[in-house]
Amino acid sequence: MTERIVGARLGYEDSETLSRFLATGGDQGLRRAVLEMRPEEVADEVTTANLLGRGGAGFEAGRKWSMLRKAPRRYLVINGDESEPATFKDHLLVERDPHQLVEGATIAAYAIGASLVVIYLRGEFALGLERVQQAINEAYARNALGRSIFGSSFSVDILLQPGAGAYICGEETSLIESLEGKRGFPRIKPPYFPAVIGLYGEPTIVNNVETVSNLPWIVQHGGAAFKALGEGRSTGTRLFALSGQVQRPGPYEVEMTKITFRDLIYGKEYGQGLHPDRSLIAFIPGGVSAPWFFPENLDIPLGQDEVAKAGSMLGSGSVIVMDDTSCPVRSAWRIARFFARESCGQCTPCREGGAWIDKILRRIEEGEGREADLDLLLDLCDNISPGIKWPPAQTTICVLGPSIPPSVSAAVNHFRDDFLVHIKEGRCPHA
Amino acid sequence: MARFSDDMLSRAKELVSLYPDPRSATIPLCHLAQEQDGYVSDEAMAHIAELVGSSAAEVQGTASFYDMLKLEPVGRYVIGVCTNIACMLRGAYEVLEDAEKVLGIPVGGTTEDGLFTLEEVECIAHCDHAPAAQVNYRYFGPLDDESFRSLIARLRDGELDDEVPPHGTLIRVRREAPPAIPMTEIDRERAGDQE
Ligand SMILES: Cc1cc2nc3c(=O)[nH]c(=O)nc-3n(C[C@H](O)[C@H](O)[C@H](O)COP(=O)(O)O)c2cc1C
Ligand code: SF4
Ligand code: FES
Repeated sequence: MTERIVGARLGYEDSETLSRFLATGGDQGLRRAVLEMRPEEVADEVTTANLLGRGGAGFEAGRKWSMLRKAPRRYLVINGDESEPATFKDHLLVERDPHQLVEGATIAAYAIGASLVVIYLRGEFALGLERVQQAINEAYARNALGRSIFGSSFSVDILLQPGAGAYICGEETSLIESLEGKRGFPRIKPPYFPAVIGLYGEPTIVNNVETVSNLPWIVQHGGAAFKALGEGRSTGTRLFALSGQVQRPGPYEVEMTKITFRDLIYGKEYGQGLHPDRSLIAFIPGGVSAPWFFPENLDIPLGQDEVAKAGSMLGSGSVIVMDDTSCPVRSAWRIARFFARESCGQCTPCREGGAWIDKILRRIEEGEGREADLDLLLDLCDNISPGIKWPPAQTTICVLGPSIPPSVSAAVNHFRDDFLVHIKEGRCPHA
Repeated sequence: MARFSDDMLSRAKELVSLYPDPRSATIPLCHLAQEQDGYVSDEAMAHIAELVGSSAAEVQGTASFYDMLKLEPVGRYVIGVCTNIACMLRGAYEVLEDAEKVLGIPVGGTTEDGLFTLEEVECIAHCDHAPAAQVNYRYFGPLDDESFRSLIARLRDGELDDEVPPHGTLIRVRREAPPAIPMTEIDRERAGDQE
């Protein structure tokens, strides 16, 4: 039996209700934090837990909090923009356990002394927005939010902010711009961290929905118990989003490092393998920004460093499976097209490079490519992110640009023959 | 169409009052305008600018950046079929082609009766139900030609009216909480913490 932390309630049909929440340990973490612990003690437990951010970059939450500039006002922003293709874990958490999210956000606010919390959810989460607003309302009603929470000397408000449809707003400085009522343009770095200059110019912590959803458990059970799960830098559990051509796509919470990609894709309790008579050609281990993996990488464990050592990343925790009926040219094109569409346009390599790659991959897929296109594609990748290495070099304001080359170069280098067949036959052999 | 009605205006003012900086209410107010009119009209943007203390051009600059904010009227139901990678691998483009046929409009079009607008959208985080779609940001999937046809029929017949409000109505749960704690009060409390 794998340990469940953020997904502990998801087995219940009514996991989103207050009564289920309270009957299954709800509020206990927050009560303990505000009534029995000092803010630094809460932060210490999170540091001990070595909770890595679940939003994609995998930055230690405790370390991030410790970088918060000292200032009278500071803000906490919860990032629920979740628009990375094939990522759907936060969707699950906001819809199915909104109270846990609100409790976690309030604990984080206490630990860092936030003046105000904003939960920013992508606008397309209509039901999630309603459920989180309901959870916030119910928290005020039982004094789990607002003035003197549970009779303590800690007061804070939480606002719910709907996004309005823009992938780039998941990037934390873009999200802050959006929250200030502007277009979602990522800010030029430095300052590298909103912890120094964030919302309204004040120090701001941005944490992902899943990151803070772990906090009630960590406060209740202690950071050491969290760290006891997993191995090395990868502690606790994580919600992996399995999608694509598997029998049973879905969200699966697993203890970090304890299972491999083979287990996740083929295991009885997880993906249950591919469709009969089909075979695996590739899978992406951590969202569409990550370099692709191939059948020989199946035995790598689901751990931050383990995946990094093999040349990719666990990223947003989404695993995409491609079988031999799929066309790698088409998959690479669809990913490139996504980035081209969602580029905010501030940086030339990202804006122009992305648009060109989209166009070239499309013409190859439609049978109108030429052999020279393969080198051209790699050259464009090299212009966006010099050296096409991993982790990628960055010449742009944010890492959306450098996220374009990994899937393009993986497809071109690994499936060169497929590309050549498209070009020679003047059509997609899989269509 | 119009500026905010009295009822909408009081909701708008309440939203503005929540933020340390009123301009943060820009996007929430654009959603509110969309709830009133189905899209964000020029008059509404001018009204929003007055309420948050910016210019109509600034509000338009913001609104035009975001896919969900429609600056022109759209159908009562905006259908967004996802064709991103996880959905594509499970037949999304076939669903989209079928949708064009069933509705008789191309992607980006609106049916003559004003009921449906069809969009091709990027990942909507419902990939375990691929191929997936949203109608006014409510989820459906996995879809095939048959379930898509039946979805359209049920929308036409009003069978999904409870689940799927008209385009623009996003969050039907209102904030119920005491007025926002003034930042000056929080500042005093936090200053006390640091002593
Ligand atoms: C293009 C882009 C999109 C991103 N989208 C998201 C997102 O949807 N959700 C998220 O939590 N983080 C996203 N991030 C990462 C955030 O910038 C930030 O690192 C994260 O929210 C921090 O939270 P964590 O430390 O708890 O992981 C994105 C980053 C980039 C560059
Ligand atoms: S890298 Fe792309 S998305 Fe990021 S700031 Fe530059 S243009 Fe915008
Ligand atoms: S790829 Fe379609 S919902 Fe995620």
